[in-house]
Amino acid sequence: MAAVTDQMAPGAHVARKTPKGTFDIVFRNASFLSALFVLLLLAGIMVSMVIGGWPAFREMGLGFLTSSVWDTQNDQYGAWPAIAGTLSTALIALVIGVPLSLGIAVFLTQLAPPWFKQPVSTAIELLAAVPSIIYGMWGLFVFVPLFAAYVQVPLSNIVEGMPILGTILYSRSPSGLGILTAGFILAFMIIPFIASITRDMLDQIPSVLRESAYGIGATTWEVVRHVLVPQAGVSIIGAIMLGLGRALGETMAVTFVVGNANRLSGSIMDPGSTIASRIANEFNEALGLQLNALIALGCILFFVTFVVLVIARILVARVKSY
Amino acid sequence: MTLATPSTVRALPPATWGRVRQSRRTADRAMKIIATTFTLLAISVLFWILGMLIVKGIGGLSVATFTQITPGPGSEGGGLANAIVGSLVLTFLGIAVATPIGVLAGTYLAEYGKGSKLADLIRFINDILLSAPSILIGLFVYVIMVQPLGGYSGWAGGVALGIIAIPVIVRTTEDMLRLVPGPLREAGSALGAPPSVVITSITWRAAKSGMVTGILLALARIAGETAPLIFTALNNNFWFSPSLFGGVSNLPVTIYQFASAPYENWQQLAWAGSLIITVSILVLSIIARRIVRGGK
Repeated sequence: MAAVTDQMAPGAHVARKTPKGTFDIVFRNASFLSALFVLLLLAGIMVSMVIGGWPAFREMGLGFLTSSVWDTQNDQYGAWPAIAGTLSTALIALVIGVPLSLGIAVFLTQLAPPWFKQPVSTAIELLAAVPSIIYGMWGLFVFVPLFAAYVQVPLSNIVEGMPILGTILYSRSPSGLGILTAGFILAFMIIPFIASITRDMLDQIPSVLRESAYGIGATTWEVVRHVLVPQAGVSIIGAIMLGLGRALGETMAVTFVVGNANRLSGSIMDPGSTIASRIANEFNEALGLQLNALIALGCILFFVTFVVLVIARILVARVKSY
Repeated sequence: MTLATPSTVRALPPATWGRVRQSRRTADRAMKIIATTFTLLAISVLFWILGMLIVKGIGGLSVATFTQITPGPGSEGGGLANAIVGSLVLTFLGIAVATPIGVLAGTYLAEYGKGSKLADLIRFINDILLSAPSILIGLFVYVIMVQPLGGYSGWAGGVALGIIAIPVIVRTTEDMLRLVPGPLREAGSALGAPPSVVITSITWRAAKSGMVTGILLALARIAGETAPLIFTALNNNFWFSPSLFGGVSNLPVTIYQFASAPYENWQQLAWAGSLIITVSILVLSIIARRIVRGGK
């Protein structure tokens, strides 16, 4: 590259056309191949997951998806507890994270004074830069003890014996670890993604729309509710789906706080596991069919996140182009 | 905008608007308070995490942290020298893998692939890879490199990090090249420069700071990645082999293994490592942001 730049110095002659022509073709093909490589990567991930997990799928059949047994002694593996854990932690993360993110996006676009907007935006985006493992440390050493002492113990005392709530919210051993804790940590991890995309979408809405709503006497809340949200609607759902994609595949933070229990429990206060945490936990000791079963779990995770992310990108892109 | 509300309202007959105005105003005020609280909550989590790292990590920082290698189980003292060096090696290996591919692919999308269906597809897939779970990329590299080569290696770790970095670089490169005004390219072409020369010596030069930002962001993204390294570079409690075969020590996996270990010096080192890694990543991200804003 440097050589080419030098060639372009004032002394460049038309006589150099031939080497330039060769370079032109090489450069074009190199960039084309690099772009194709991106396609190849996704295809490669897909194929390697299917092939790596195939022995487990073949051995266990469809029962792999529905079975709750994870028995390394007898080589019996079922994915259901991990799938259920993945879905429930991600769902909890959305329930907590989405209102927070939307509130933040509204604050940044409608309420924050201009001098305040930039630093707050940066701070929110930096939440996304903090590595997953640090969220895990924070979760395990700071959040978990507080959560056990001030939420799990009192809540268990209240709901004990109640129908339904007594099952869902009762913690048999209030250690602070569990599905709900993982959902909480995930919520903070997906906030920056949902909030910053929503902020960009709200910023893109022509200000004439906002101004005319204010002009007929609408309050800020009414402008947000009746003008901005309907305008940005689909893309906000896209942003939420992107957050969901993050939450489904998040590994280290969840591994720290989810409790890594292989059993399925009816309570969101009890330890569980997610697909990603199960893989991270067992992979290095896994041999034979267990290894295939873990890759098969990865395969399931791949297809679930793939579908979620495809929908997300379609929804986000649709609004961007208008 | 706050001034507009009373003046509009004053024009209405008092009997009909009094109550409505009150409820509207309450809803508005409630929304403002909630939105502000949520924002403060999110920011306080950031500062809470930073505060925690400083309080718990600063005690573990000493000269030994940077000069001695990770201690064995039950032995005193020790540092993180091998993990820090290993992390630097793996991260730069990842960037070295990702930069040429990412920059060229981004260039293709922005310069050659305008309006082509294939480029649209690649752009879409790249966006999906951008948010794909990193653990899957770790598994992928395990299947294609670790299993065939018969063992964990730094090379596999570097490739895994590189694959995570590629979509980031592709995306920013394309975005930055698109910001370069068309007339600049036309001027180059008018002088007789072929497309490759226009791109390398005009478009790339104009978009340089933005492209560097993309690489810095990719660096910040992969520096703290843990999950993919567990399946590829693993870890090493001693100095790793310079050939990078066998486990290569690195900060994230060391933190993961040391954090909940029963030895106090291990935990202390895990906190020190967390502080080092987070501060470096945040500084990198802030620098990258500065470059973008300065460039505009």
